[in-house]
Amino acid sequence: MALSGLDIYKHLPKTNCKKCGCATCLAFAMALAAKKTSLDKCPDITEAAKQILDSASLPPMATITIGSGTKKIDVGGETVMFRHDKTFYHPTAIAVSISDNETNIQDKIEKIKKLNFDRVGMMVGVDLIALKNDSNNVNKFASVSKELSDKTELPLILLSDNPQAIDEALKNISNKRPLIYSANSKNYEQMSDIAKKHTVPLCICGKDVEELSDLSQKITARGVKDIVLDSGAREVSKCIQDFTKIRRLALKKNFRALGFPTIGFAESVEDASAYITKYANILVTSMDKPEELLPLVTLRLNIYTDPQKPIMMEPKLYSIGTPNENSPFMVTTNFSLTFFTVSPEVENSKIPVWLLVCDAEGMSVLTAWAADKFNAEIIDSWMKKTDIASKVKHKKIIIPGYVSVMSGKLEELTGWEVLVGPKEAAGIPKYLKTVWK
Amino acid sequence: MEQALEKWQGKIYELTIGATKDEGGTRSKKVKFGGINTLPFLHFEGIVPNPPLIAVEVWDTEPTEWPDVLKNEYKDVLNNPMQWAKKCEDFGADLICLRLASTDPDTINASAADASKTIKDVLSASSLPLMIIGCGNNEKNSSIIMDVAQTAKGENCLIGMAVKENYKTFTAAAQAGGHSLIAETPIDINLEKQLNILISDLGFGSDRIVIHPTTGGIGYGFEYCYTIIERTRLAALASDKMMSQPIVTFVGQETWKIKECKADETEKPEWGSIKDRGFLWEKATASAYLQAGSDILVMNHPKAVKDIKIHIQELMKK
Repeated sequence: MALSGLDIYKHLPKTNCKKCGCATCLAFAMALAAKKTSLDKCPDITEAAKQILDSASLPPMATITIGSGTKKIDVGGETVMFRHDKTFYHPTAIAVSISDNETNIQDKIEKIKKLNFDRVGMMVGVDLIALKNDSNNVNKFASVSKELSDKTELPLILLSDNPQAIDEALKNISNKRPLIYSANSKNYEQMSDIAKKHTVPLCICGKDVEELSDLSQKITARGVKDIVLDSGAREVSKCIQDFTKIRRLALKKNFRALGFPTIGFAESVEDASAYITKYANILVTSMDKPEELLPLVTLRLNIYTDPQKPIMMEPKLYSIGTPNENSPFMVTTNFSLTFFTVSPEVENSKIPVWLLVCDAEGMSVLTAWAADKFNAEIIDSWMKKTDIASKVKHKKIIIPGYVSVMSGKLEELTGWEVLVGPKEAAGIPKYLKTVWK
Repeated sequence: MEQALEKWQGKIYELTIGATKDEGGTRSKKVKFGGINTLPFLHFEGIVPNPPLIAVEVWDTEPTEWPDVLKNEYKDVLNNPMQWAKKCEDFGADLICLRLASTDPDTINASAADASKTIKDVLSASSLPLMIIGCGNNEKNSSIIMDVAQTAKGENCLIGMAVKENYKTFTAAAQAGGHSLIAETPIDINLEKQLNILISDLGFGSDRIVIHPTTGGIGYGFEYCYTIIERTRLAALASDKMMSQPIVTFVGQETWKIKECKADETEKPEWGSIKDRGFLWEKATASAYLQAGSDILVMNHPKAVKDIKIHIQELMKK
């Protein structure tokens, strides 16, 4: 449990020495509870007290690093149940699984490399490769994991409940810091020793949340610190409920044994989507087609977008194609998705356009309009700033259909004729071809 | 072991659409939704009395903007709302969402009488409960809704969209025809609540409203809508009666207009098969909205509908 100021105070030296910068030990305790200072500021704290207070000040869910080098990935470290409470930090890491019976590993790797997409100027895609020990053969598992490790920079998950297979594979690739899966009630002692020996993160698989937390305590007691959790559930309903329980117990009850990232397994786009929204920190799937992964990585990007920071475009006058003095003049807001929805449609129309992107604090058209960040005055000021009047001969503005109500005011302010465009970007090509003459 | 239960005070209104012969309608069954007193599918914590429903769109005119992969699924029925509705019933729709697209003044500008005829036709062709929505033009919608509601009187339909500009007409129409009402607002939790209050203040039962908080497709504003729905649901569970209405999302509509579901392999080879991309995108969107708390998904692709139906059945298992 998180400690209160008074709980912390009990462990402090109570000398009021002021060396920490606070007037009294009690004030220091209060500042600690509010996470406004750190314990190392106290020069006289006893080792015993330090241990108690340190463990109480750990984040409720650990952040675990899988892999090494440029493609290593952090998972977990989440602090809230709902993205609007703050934000989600580490996007669900997506792993594509491969069988060690696979005959053409090279082809498979090439396929996985292509599961990487440009989205709003960012590359998003598959983060990990999960190798399954379907062969049940220790040497085969080790040799395929070595091959994967040599041929791709993506971090690995080694899936086998046979400790020998994991140990053998790690002999070659432990420096790549793969996640090993999994420790269960039968093998956890050996698996813990292997994880410690090779300093790699260890995934625990229980038969339910209760056994999972029990195993987690035992494994932590054996000195393993980097842990990933699997409640053992495979049905989507059970998984969603277990992920929710684990996340709540970690975040709201500060229950240490479950304060680690989770892993989920999905074989359909609908199950995978459910796990991305509800609390899988790692997702393993055998789906490996671009059309399957594209919606998943896009959904993940949405869920993990910081709700406090809209993605913005630089507000300015954009030329799409090579517009001239007779080209249409359109306005929109600087929400990047608005821009990336509107601009391809303008391109589709094959008609060059002047597109004025106004500063609407990164909000979409309707939201910005509702918040009064996209109104006639703002459009007028951006028209002046970008000197559109010197670039076109006509005096016509096309505004988004959703904000047709501002037409009158905008005509009044600018003296330009306002044309109401379509509500949806998809209607732009037709609009430009038929209405704009 | 410690429990991870929340003590929610509130509950979502339970709503029924459709009326059978005994109740003065002609539907073969009614559908019930809402009624949940916890977050989506958390059976360990509360009661999830009804599975979310899938309404499938039937248009009164051929949807010209649809990509071919979707049109092909309906190619024999695109110009026949009666057969179209029957087809949806056959492949497993829970209800029909009749879209009166042809009434749009910018396209066919069909009259209220035309719309009424379509409604009668669809009611006779399919025995499923009906959702009826207008075109994109609020003024036109207001001008025909009275006739629409009268035509379907007694069938206990779900009609929409009531927006800030036309809610009085829509509420009166729903009241007169004995229907429930979709209240639509632009991704804003306060406007959403306000519209529900305005409609209730006209004497319309707040338990007969369904919220449409705006639907964004994945990659196209989805996160805002997802969060608005989560916040609405949390407000409802904290007992805010003006936020406790079931929620509808237009998943298909937002899927099939985006580039990812339209651009073919020659244009975007890296995006994979155009044949499967759209319905997979629709499924991902539907699944994510189910987790946000959507009670009705309005969908398009038959394959996506079938898979999501099974997915919902799985989610309903305790």
